[in-house]
Order: sequence, then C-alpha cells, then structure tokens
Amino acid sequence: MKQINLKKLLSAVDIPADWVGIREVYEANTTRFVRDEKPQANTRSLSHGLMVEVLAQGQFGYSASSRMDEMSIAEAARNAYHQALAASKYAFYSFSENARPAHTGSYVSPVALNIDSISAGEINDLLIKINRELKVSDKVISANAYAIILDVSHRFVSSNGSDISQKFVITSLEMQATAQEGSETQTRSNGGRGNARQLGLEAFNEEDALTAAQKVGAQVVELLSAENCPTGTYDLILAPDQMILQIHESIGHALEIDRILGDERNYAGWSFVQLEDFGKLQYGSEIMNVTFDPTVISQLASYSFDDGGLKAEREYIIKNGKLLRGLGARESQIRSGVPGVANFRASSWNRPPIDRMANLNLEPGTSSLYEIISSVEYGIFMETNRSWSIDDYRNKFQFGCEYGRLIENGKFTKTVKNPNYRGVSNSFWANLSKVGNKDTFEIYGTPNCGKGEPNQIIRVGHASPVCLFKNVEIFGGA
Amino acid sequence: MEPLFNQISDALLITLNKDEHLKLSFSGENSQFIRINNHKVRQTGLVQERNLSLNLIRNSRTCSGAITLTGYLEIDLLYAQSELERLRSEVDQLPEDPFIALPINLGSSHSVTPSDLLDKEKVIPALMPALQGLDVTGIWASGIIARGTANSAGQKHWFETGSYSLDCSFVTPEHKMVKGTFAGSSWDQVGYEKFIEDSRKKLEIMNRKPVKLKPGNYRAWFAPSSVGDFLGMFSWYGLSEGTIRQGKSAFLKMHNDGAKLSEKFSISEDFTSGIVPRFNTEGEVASEKLELIKNGHLINTLVSTRTANEYGIESNFADPNGEYIRMPVMSEGDLDEENVLKELGTGLYLSNLWYLNWSDNTGGRITGMTRYACFWVENGEIVAPIESMRFDDTLYNFFGDELEAVGSKAELLPTVDTYFERQLGGTICPGILVKSFSLTL
Repeated sequence: MKQINLKKLLSAVDIPADWVGIREVYEANTTRFVRDEKPQANTRSLSHGLMVEVLAQGQFGYSASSRMDEMSIAEAARNAYHQALAASKYAFYSFSENARPAHTGSYVSPVALNIDSISAGEINDLLIKINRELKVSDKVISANAYAIILDVSHRFVSSNGSDISQKFVITSLEMQATAQEGSETQTRSNGGRGNARQLGLEAFNEEDALTAAQKVGAQVVELLSAENCPTGTYDLILAPDQMILQIHESIGHALEIDRILGDERNYAGWSFVQLEDFGKLQYGSEIMNVTFDPTVISQLASYSFDDGGLKAEREYIIKNGKLLRGLGARESQIRSGVPGVANFRASSWNRPPIDRMANLNLEPGTSSLYEIISSVEYGIFMETNRSWSIDDYRNKFQFGCEYGRLIENGKFTKTVKNPNYRGVSNSFWANLSKVGNKDTFEIYGTPNCGKGEPNQIIRVGHASPVCLFKNVEIFGGA
Repeated sequence: MEPLFNQISDALLITLNKDEHLKLSFSGENSQFIRINNHKVRQTGLVQERNLSLNLIRNSRTCSGAITLTGYLEIDLLYAQSELERLRSEVDQLPEDPFIALPINLGSSHSVTPSDLLDKEKVIPALMPALQGLDVTGIWASGIIARGTANSAGQKHWFETGSYSLDCSFVTPEHKMVKGTFAGSSWDQVGYEKFIEDSRKKLEIMNRKPVKLKPGNYRAWFAPSSVGDFLGMFSWYGLSEGTIRQGKSAFLKMHNDGAKLSEKFSISEDFTSGIVPRFNTEGEVASEKLELIKNGHLINTLVSTRTANEYGIESNFADPNGEYIRMPVMSEGDLDEENVLKELGTGLYLSNLWYLNWSDNTGGRITGMTRYACFWVENGEIVAPIESMRFDDTLYNFFGDELEAVGSKAELLPTVDTYFERQLGGTICPGILVKSFSLTL
C-alpha cells in the first residue's frame, strides 16, 4: 500500500469551512474457495480511496474519490462544501465541530502469523483436505471450504487535530457440507462467516480445521435420518453460534440511536425502544449483562477509534437486565442526549459513517453447561444460525438453526432437524433463565451486517455463553 | 469512463502471452446521495468510483483480482499492469480448474442511454419544498452508472445509463407508513410533485385505527411490490442450476420430483426493457428472454458457463456470481386492478413485505413481515391498516395450490439497492390473489 500524506493533503484544502476531515481506507480482501476438491475462486479485491468531509453552516457534506493528489482533494473538499451549503437550509440538525472530537492514536490487530506466511497454493491444498474430510460418505453431495483474508488500513486526519491510524488483519476459515438421501437434503457448517476474527494465518491451523470438518461431515449425515424438531412451547438452549444472531438482531439493532431517531425508517426500520427508555427499561431478566467492548483481543470489531475520531471504550449497555446506554456515536449523542459509545462507522471510503454495532457481547454468567442441560425437563438445544428475520421495530423475530438436539429429563436424547423458534424481543429476553459461565463463552463475528442509505455492509463482533430461555415457541420444517 | 476502460483493456490485452487468456470487467459511477429524515437533510454527498476486475487463465488454472481506478490513465495503467503481474505470479501455484469458462467472442455491444438528470446543485431546491409539512424519510440517489467488459478473444461490451431515484417512506404521527419510489432517467418536476401529492393522499387512510390480527390463514391480495419481494427469493438459493445441483435450492422439488406451481404462474428473465445489460460480468450475452417457469412448470434454470462445464449441460450465460435472475419478469393474469378488492372480499391487502428469509429452503418455505400500507378488507372495502404480522408459508402454496388469480397489470419495480455500488435493473410483476396465506405471530 502506497503511503499517502493525509496531513499534506488536508493542508491543501482551502475552503471557508468550520471543519474538514479526510478519511482514507485501503482494503484488500482475498477469498479462496474450493468445492468438491476443485478450486472455485482465488480472488483478491482491492479497494482504496478517501472521503473528504466538511462542516459548513451546521451541515456536514462529503465527497468520496479514489483520486489522492492535492488538486483532487481540494476539488473534493469544494464539492463537499457546496453539498453542505445547499443542504444547510434544510438541515435536520445543526452540528458544530464538537461532533468530531480531536484524538490521536493508533491500533493494530494482534497477528501471530502474517498474511503472507502461507502461499496461495498451500491454502488451496488445505481447503482441498477440508473438502475430503467433510465428505464422510457418498451421501455428502457438496463440500465447501473458504479461506478469507482481509488486510485493512484506516487513516483519519482533521482540521481540529485528529490523527489516527488503524490497521486490521481479519481471517476466516469456513466449511459447509450438504448431504442428500432421497428427497431429504440437509446442510451443516462450522458457523460460516461467524468465524471471522482479527487473527493472522494462525487461524488456518490444519489440525483444528480437519477436526472441525470431520464433525461437520458426521453431523450433516446424522441430520438426514433425524426427526423434525417438535412443535410446541418448550425450553430453548442456544449455543453461542446462534446467540450471536439473537444478540445482533434483538439487542444490537434495536439500540442503535440513529434508528430510534428515525434515520432508518425507510430501510432498516425503527425500534421498539424509545429515547426515554434508557436508564429505565428492564430489557431482560436480571442475569442479562451486555457490553459494547471494542477492547476484546482478536474479536472482529475491535478498534481504538470510530470513524468520527471518538475514542472507543468498553461500556455496559445492559446491566442486570436494565437498559443503560445506547449504540449511538457522538452525532447521535448530541441529537438525543442519550449516553452512547464510539460506533460511528462506515463500510468503506465511499460511504459516510453511521451508528453501527461493533463488538456487542453477552457477558458470561455462573451456570455450567451441565447445570443448564440438567435443569431442562423437555427442550431443544440449537446450534448455528441458518435463517433470520425480524420486524422493522426489532420485535417479532423468527430464527432457524442447522442442528438441534432434544433434551429429555436433563439429558440429550436425540438429534432433530430443521429447528426453528420465534418470539418477541422484550418478553424473550425476560425469559432468559440461565447464562453459561466463561467455559461456555465463545467469540464470533457477523461480517455482513447491512444497514444505511446508501446501503452499507459492515463487520460486527459478538460473543456469548450458552443460554437457556423458558417458554419459547419452537417448531420444525415444512 | 468508457475511454479509460478501453485504453486500459487495450493496453493489458496486448501484453498477454500466447498461453494466457484474460477477462476484464469494469463498473463505475458518479453519484449524488441525499439522505432525508422528516423532510430535512440528514446526510449528503458525492461518490466517484471506478473499479476494474481482471481474471487471468493460464495452463488450466485461473485467478482474479479487482482494483480501484483513479481516472488518471497513467496511474491506472500502472495499477492494472501491476495487478496482472500479481495474478501471473499466483496462477501457477493453484490447482488445475477443470471447469474454467474461457473467453469467447460472439460479438460486441455498445449501449449508452441518454438521460436528463438534474444538476447536483439543483437537486435540493427541486426536491425539498414539496416535502415540507410531511414526515418523509428516505434516500435520493442519482448519476451515471457504467458497466463494461473486454476479453482476450476480442469481445467488448459497454453499457452506460443515467438515472435518479427517490426511495422514501411517508409517516403518520402514529408511525404508520406508506412506501414510494419516484425514479427515472429524465427529471420530471411535475411528475415528482404529483407523486408526493398522491403519497400524501395514500397516507390519509393510514390514520385509521389499526386492526390487530390473530395468527392463522387469510385470503390475501399481494400488490406488485410484495410479489417482487417473493420473486427476489428466486435469486437466493433459488433458480440457480448450481445451487440445485448442490442441494441448496427451494426448487429442488420441481427439478427432482416433478412438483409444479399453479398454471397461472409464469416467470422469465427478460431483457427487452433495456434497463440492465444483457451481458454478464464475464461478457457473455444472455438470450433476450429465457422462460424459467411456464404455467407452473420448471422449464429452465439459470446456467452459467462454469456450471455448464461442470455438469455437462448447455450454458444460458447466467452470471457466474450467483446465477441470479438479472431481470425478472412475471407474466400478467386477468384480474383487473378495479376488481381486486371485490374479488378479495374479506382478507388482507398487502402492499409491501419485509425481511424475507428461507425458514426451510429446500421446503420452499419463506418467513418475513408485513410492512407499510397493509390493510384489513371486509366485503370488498378497506377497513383499516393492520398491525405488522409475521408470515411463514411456502411458495408451493402462494404460487401453487392457493394462487387464485394474477393481476392484469404488471409494474416495474426499479432496483434502488446501493450495497457497494448503485445497482441497475428492477423487477416487473403484477399482483396476486391467494386463497390462503399463513400469518404466524
């Protein structure tokens, strides 16, 4: 990556603006994909550009371009300035420079093995081996393995003194098998994109990968002969690789302050949470503790500063079930008066930052896995999300999983296929009755969170222990 | 953008060795975005972007790369040549790929659609006055979009169009909403102000006290926008031949077991509207019209050349990145718009759906929510809006046994998605009347 002197570019900007910022993003996304032992994709997608953002008469305007010379930046700044001026007559809110706090600092992902330490050929060889391990029998009709490597750099400078450099390395090793027998078809994975972490190529450990592949292959064949998940109102135990989706959809999006302020009403929607609920609403049972934590080592959305320059720190969002703080960055904090976090984030250089989740985690409780399972008279243990849908107020949800296990009298008795459940956010979390201890706690990510107009996809981290919910509407397949 | 792409592709292709094949594709845009909340401007800005993708094939091996272009030819040539060298250094390390789609030359094409867009500085004065007094939230997007391909077999395609769209929601004080999209390629101030006024009138009925429904099965009219949401699912684990072969399609039952939908249901990929290029990202040109499901029978699936090579079948030049329906067109039926409420009688009038997902992909079952202007109808009269409900039902019901009638007037639903870049195209479909539809929560 060629180094751009952003401070020099900033000094070339000559407009009568109240504030100017330049945010540069470089992202190289390498994807290697092997299906049924044949290479399907070996591709590197590189995106590099910058956004000039300008504050004039209380309104921000932006101009994004891949041209990084002084003349082009000066022109981009003029364009952004004119956008801001034209809109200021109709500004939704009149901001000051206070919306972009001045900070300096840096962040680097923890990496043990650098991204060039394994060759393209060696990674393909690993993916082929994973394919072979997944194909435990002729019933497996499709075996997939992906290796994804992201090399990302963010730089941010501003006229009020921000100077921030952040470098992220993200890896993900994903595998999936589909088995078929007669008209029955089932698919099982290792959690897919949820495996994304800020790690180097140590994430591509062959022994671990092949062990995981054997398990996925065995379970997909097992599902072919499994009974459908029973229908009824039962106890539900969710594994961490489903909890991340539950947290994401029914806590994270509901607490984004820009949604509550109505910015997303035409797209992602609104929220059942109101501004006056912060500090008051009992969001779930008293054993529910949720943090915004950008400091977790290796989690997908760890960082030191958001894209508005705000320093990122760990905060309790929900403590003992009570809602304390929103997922709103400095602009939303100013607009709403609600305490927030540093989550003003953009998907790339060509989109403006908005309120996003980062790492949003359910903190471990005190119950062992044995205690949780043995407390259930009749219920279902569900693993790995495969279907998700929730209403525009983040209330009525329905989620499905890849793999279920029936629990009878405190013990696993059989595997069930097509497990699904549905509920309403607030009452669902009120029925959280056991939270697993740190031995059950696992870290995952959600790399494809969509939101915003213009649309943006961003990387989000979630971590959770195993959890037990009472009285949930559960059902099986078509 | 076209001269830049032509100069770069010519320069790269001439450097190829005899044993090398190269496919190039380009996408670019010059866009203005204005985000609106409650008839005010929330965010506004401009995006200029040009991306070049390269796919190198050598010695039965292949790899790809994509780079951001600056628009400065000298710099971009260096970037592109450097990327080609990177691909050359990687390709020999990779395993052989027996299903490579080699570049072909079946003729080139060139389409530049003239447009008459508002100048950037005139957009806010044109848009905002008509919105005052209304709670309107949404996004304005406008500008030029370009797509191009070139390959070492000598084939070139270019498609360029200018368009605008205001995709927005009108909201009552009780938070009930009506959705609307005003889009085109030539600005029409009178038409725009009529669109706002019509939307204002539609909103009036949303002020009635909403009806809370119980879960159960209901007769339902799905307006074209909601049918378009269902059809969108056909491109996600749907009519792709690859996903069918790999056991991950809602149409497995039709492909493998002879299941049928209603004879009233037909859908094609149809490029005759000209709003989306017929060439795919590999430069292959699909037929102007490909019938997919005809009178309830699965006639064709979407087959990319790569899938064709793998399974020994014929390609219909579907895009290899997902084998999706690039321009879905559903056939019209015989239910006239003025008779919809009368034929519905008592049941649901569903204008929009939201957040659809497969709840059982191979079973064809879809879950999602009602959203926006959805009404309870009794004896052919709209009673009131409904509170949002979750549904969970299979396409083998609502496009199959339970499909009673298809609307006689199809609508163009323009694509307004802007993930990564502004998207082209849309869906053309009529509404449907369904005897029974399952609401669950």
